[in-house]
Amino acid sequence: MTTHTHGHKHPTEVPRSSPPLIEMRDISIAFGGIKAVDHASVNLYPGEVVGLLGHNGAGKSTLIKILSGAYKRDHGDILINGAKVDITNPRDAKALGIETIYQTLALADNVDAAANLYLGRELRTRWGTLDDVAMEAECRQVMGRLNPNFRRFKEPVKALSGGQRQSVAIARAIHFNARILIMDEPTAALGPQETAQVGELIKQLKAEGIGIFLISHDIHDVFDLADRLTVMKNGRVVGTARTTDVDHDEVLGMIIAGKCPPGAIPGPGALQTASAAA
Amino acid sequence: MAATDNTQNPAMEREGALTRFLRATEIDSRMLGMLGALLVIWVGFDLASAIVRGGDGLLGGTFLTPRNLWILLVQTSSIAVMTTGMVLIIVMRHIDLSVGSVLGFTAVCIGTMQVYWLGPALGVGHPAIWIITLILGLALGAAIGALHGTLIAYFGIPSFIVTLGGLIVWRGAAWSVIRGETVAPMDKNFKLIGGGISGITPGSIGATASWILGLIICAAIVALIYLGRQQRKRFNFTLKPVWAEVLLAVVGCAAVVGITWVLNAYYWPKGVVDRWALQTGAVVPPEGLNISFGYSIPVLIALFVGIAMTFVANRTRFGRYVYAIGGNPEAAELAGINTKKITLMVFSLMGMLAAISASISSARLDSATNALGQFDELYVIAAAVIGGTSLAGGLGTIYGAMLGALVMQSLQSGMTLLNFESATKDMVVGCVLVFAVFVDQVYQRRVK
Ligand SMILES: Nc1ncnc2c1ncn2[C@@H]1O[C@H](COP(=O)(O)OP(=O)(O)O)[C@@H](O)[C@H]1O
Ligand SMILES: [Mg+2]
Repeated sequence: MTTHTHGHKHPTEVPRSSPPLIEMRDISIAFGGIKAVDHASVNLYPGEVVGLLGHNGAGKSTLIKILSGAYKRDHGDILINGAKVDITNPRDAKALGIETIYQTLALADNVDAAANLYLGRELRTRWGTLDDVAMEAECRQVMGRLNPNFRRFKEPVKALSGGQRQSVAIARAIHFNARILIMDEPTAALGPQETAQVGELIKQLKAEGIGIFLISHDIHDVFDLADRLTVMKNGRVVGTARTTDVDHDEVLGMIIAGKCPPGAIPGPGALQTASAAA
Repeated sequence: MAATDNTQNPAMEREGALTRFLRATEIDSRMLGMLGALLVIWVGFDLASAIVRGGDGLLGGTFLTPRNLWILLVQTSSIAVMTTGMVLIIVMRHIDLSVGSVLGFTAVCIGTMQVYWLGPALGVGHPAIWIITLILGLALGAAIGALHGTLIAYFGIPSFIVTLGGLIVWRGAAWSVIRGETVAPMDKNFKLIGGGISGITPGSIGATASWILGLIICAAIVALIYLGRQQRKRFNFTLKPVWAEVLLAVVGCAAVVGITWVLNAYYWPKGVVDRWALQTGAVVPPEGLNISFGYSIPVLIALFVGIAMTFVANRTRFGRYVYAIGGNPEAAELAGINTKKITLMVFSLMGMLAAISASISSARLDSATNALGQFDELYVIAAAVIGGTSLAGGLGTIYGAMLGALVMQSLQSGMTLLNFESATKDMVVGCVLVFAVFVDQVYQRRVK
């Protein structure tokens, strides 16, 4: 694991012994005429949490959906441990150990929690049929850790509350030994207590060496949990900074005005005047 | 029963007895509703026919007689087979309007092969003819379905359009093959698939085999309930109360025994018995000889297809994916499911089922015409919808759709018994479809 050397005043990259777990380099994608993501670069090291911040429509979800295989990029490269990989569909991403909790949760509403947990990688009996009982048993275990009060294993997830549905989506992402976890607004539907639980979970996964992209609208969450943060605006990266090198107001300035503070490495989306002034 | 009465939870006490019963037995309340509707229709027609004409039916009419019920099941089987596939298609938020035309086209192809190619080549009645033509027919149906599926999944053309085109194209193709003529007669072995008597060979399995089959099905019901319970015990899941399991087993077995008994109570007509006696040298006593029909081959085919399709829908990955795609296509795609491949497979399966129905229908009529299966697509879709399949996708059961097919056919047969004009029958069936969906929606809203 990389050791973090603290006390850097300058926004230089910390020298690391190994290449990043994930590097997304110069990624672009357009829908019709809209450049949803415009030459964005982010990276992530093992055991690191990187927060992605930005207004609605900044391109955060689109960027991570390229990583999870939901969208095909128009331009740019994805590297895992320094080697270029080709991710053209969600199966590719999963095979590489990339698991995603989508902002929309992406649950099949008409089937139960266990069926969603195992969707696409069902357990089967030795006759090749679905092993629903084993899947439900596993599901009870995972959900017992995440949401001990959950009992509604027999109902389609459509009948569940927002928080329960979110637990199912989280369970699905962490149950299959992910190396890289993408969490797109994972606490959006949760109450304070459940949000704190997810925070604990993130710390635990981080300690296991999993790299996490955490998209959140809550700056406090990001400062609590993330090692670094990247701010996006209009599809472009404003800047990337270690959470120890910037403060709340500076990050708000990045999000709202695209102003890159001295503690951050500016990206293509940074205000030109700001970088000139620095 | 006493043990279940100490409810600790006040909310439990407020539930009605019916709700508690349904919860304990895990019976789908919609299925109970359908069985109730079926009962009303059957009783109603028997009473109505008793008034009109009188007969030896259960209530004095001509509907609830072994003969009529036996024929009713045979007539249901073709639509019932196809509706099992239509359920999966509608669950996936698609539609297949082409099944009737595909049925017609495959039927004339099967007929042409039997009458014009294999008959002359191998000798009429050669035992290989029925199996070769059946296999080729199924392959043809599957290929047509795969073509539809490819256009829908990989070319992105809406299924409504592709299969609307298919409805027109395959009907035309059926005409082109035989230029509007009737192909007849079908191969004598093949004919048994329709359930009729071919010479002195019946297209049904007789009393003894029917009882054996009935007992096997009863044993299977008991075994499934028992094994399911053991499995849940192994993982310490909550179990259904024992009385509920026993009740399900008893009701299931009683139904099977009852159906078997009724089908066995329908005997060969006297003319066939005499012909049979003449050819085999058997002696018919003066009071006549009761030879039971028992389960007919088309009903057995429908039963087998129903069980197989239920298995596919509930116990295989493919089935799970069909439902997941219907529930949320985007989520299924993001979960790594190859939704295009599943779409292709579902339409191909539908084509094959249409070919099975083509075999049943043409064998039953002992001929194939280019009009065979006309409007079947509508009855197949209606059966699925009456059986609880939601056109919004994601919801539907195989047994529900098959029961829906039985409800529709019961209406048709009953009205025929009462000498309704066919135009009147069409109007009634159409209204019943709309009414059934309306009732279902009211019910669904109340459940929520
Ligand atoms: N599938 C799509 N088709 C068309 N436009 C899209 C699509 N997905 C996202 N966009 C557009 O891309 C931009 C970025 O959206 P998104 O990535 O969801 O932002 P964020 O997650 O940061 O709120 C928005 O302008 C959005 O309208
Ligand atoms: Mg978003």
